[in-house]
Amino acid sequence: MSVDKQQLLQFLLRQGDNTLVLGHRVSEWCGHSPILEEDIALANTALDLIGQTQMWLGYAAEVQGEGKTADDLAFLRDAWDFRNVLLVEMPNGDFGQTLLRQFLFDAFQSVLMGRLMKSSDEQVAAIAAKASKEIAYHVERSADTVVGLGDGTEESHDRMQAALEYLWPYAGEMFESDDTDAAMAAAGVAPDPAGLREEYDALIGKVLGEATLTIPDSRYNHKGGRNGAMHTEHLGHLLTSMQWLQRAYPGCEW
Amino acid sequence: MTSASVEQVWEWLETIPDPEIPVITIVDLGIIRNVELHDETCVVSVTPTYSGCPATSMINMDIETKLRDCGLDKIEIKQQLAPAWTTDWMTDKARDALEKYGIAPPQPAGGPKRCPRCGGDHLEKLSQFGSTPCKAQWRCQDCLEPFEYFKCI
Ligand SMILES: [Zn+2]
Repeated sequence: MSVDKQQLLQFLLRQGDNTLVLGHRVSEWCGHSPILEEDIALANTALDLIGQTQMWLGYAAEVQGEGKTADDLAFLRDAWDFRNVLLVEMPNGDFGQTLLRQFLFDAFQSVLMGRLMKSSDEQVAAIAAKASKEIAYHVERSADTVVGLGDGTEESHDRMQAALEYLWPYAGEMFESDDTDAAMAAAGVAPDPAGLREEYDALIGKVLGEATLTIPDSRYNHKGGRNGAMHTEHLGHLLTSMQWLQRAYPGCEW
Repeated sequence: MTSASVEQVWEWLETIPDPEIPVITIVDLGIIRNVELHDETCVVSVTPTYSGCPATSMINMDIETKLRDCGLDKIEIKQQLAPAWTTDWMTDKARDALEKYGIAPPQPAGGPKRCPRCGGDHLEKLSQFGSTPCKAQWRCQDCLEPFEYFKCI
């Protein structure tokens, strides 16, 4: 079955914008982490995410066929063109909130990449195979940290529980599906995200349980990021920082 | 234009050190996946270690510089993603060189076998990450020295 180019482009932008925006968010910790090892770990995580972005957005630019590059897509689009889920644009908060957000995302990526490695699109499969090795490493670390802090002191536990309550309403958007997802599923490019929920819930349920954290009852979801309908105000602020150089000096290279 | 054989190009590539760990060459690291000669163009396929590894562009530049210095003028460097790089492709020579240099080589078990300084095997992990994307931080409880471990992927 042939793939609609516009739908494939949307799918690739969703992948690349997720890793780009989260990569930038995580990089904000550089030089500010509680200890040196964590600073290095966060910087490395950000680096992997930006590397994955180069692959996803590089392929997106190729599919788009307008002679653009991954850099053009990253730096020359405005907030309404971004297709990342709202979760990844949420502010860092404290260290625990950053790692909890990372865990909720890493867990999703680890489930998704397993499927994308079998994609009918060779390039998607190759990117997923490359990224999955890094993601396996990320989820191991973010899960360990969530358990360490959740099942830590009273203070760290309370902060992690508060972070979970704050971030939980943003987790559901990762499992939303629309026409693009239906087209990708029909062509064998990617699974329908809704079908990944059960595996995801099992994975995070185990870790959050070990972390002595309670998953909120509410299944209310904030959404609008992955379809571009409405981002949070936080994305615009992130972009003014990330895209500052290209906005101030258009076309600048070094 | 000087013509060269594929074997000759491999020999030249074998002299290029990894920019971050200069005791091993890029060939020993296992990231050069193929060398081909198409008409007069030398095509080198390189696979990244980690997708965001900043050394990748440096390595590409080093390859181009080296091959130009050796007299080739039509060079194409291709990025090859699949199959994804694995530390299994690192040569034994590179593993020995890493250990002598103070970096514990990758192990399938997922952690270093022994301290690269004293050979002790009472080891603890300090961090899953290190000074470059490919390394983690460990410490030896025998000699108390911290050391880097080349992650196994
Ligand atoms: Zn030792």
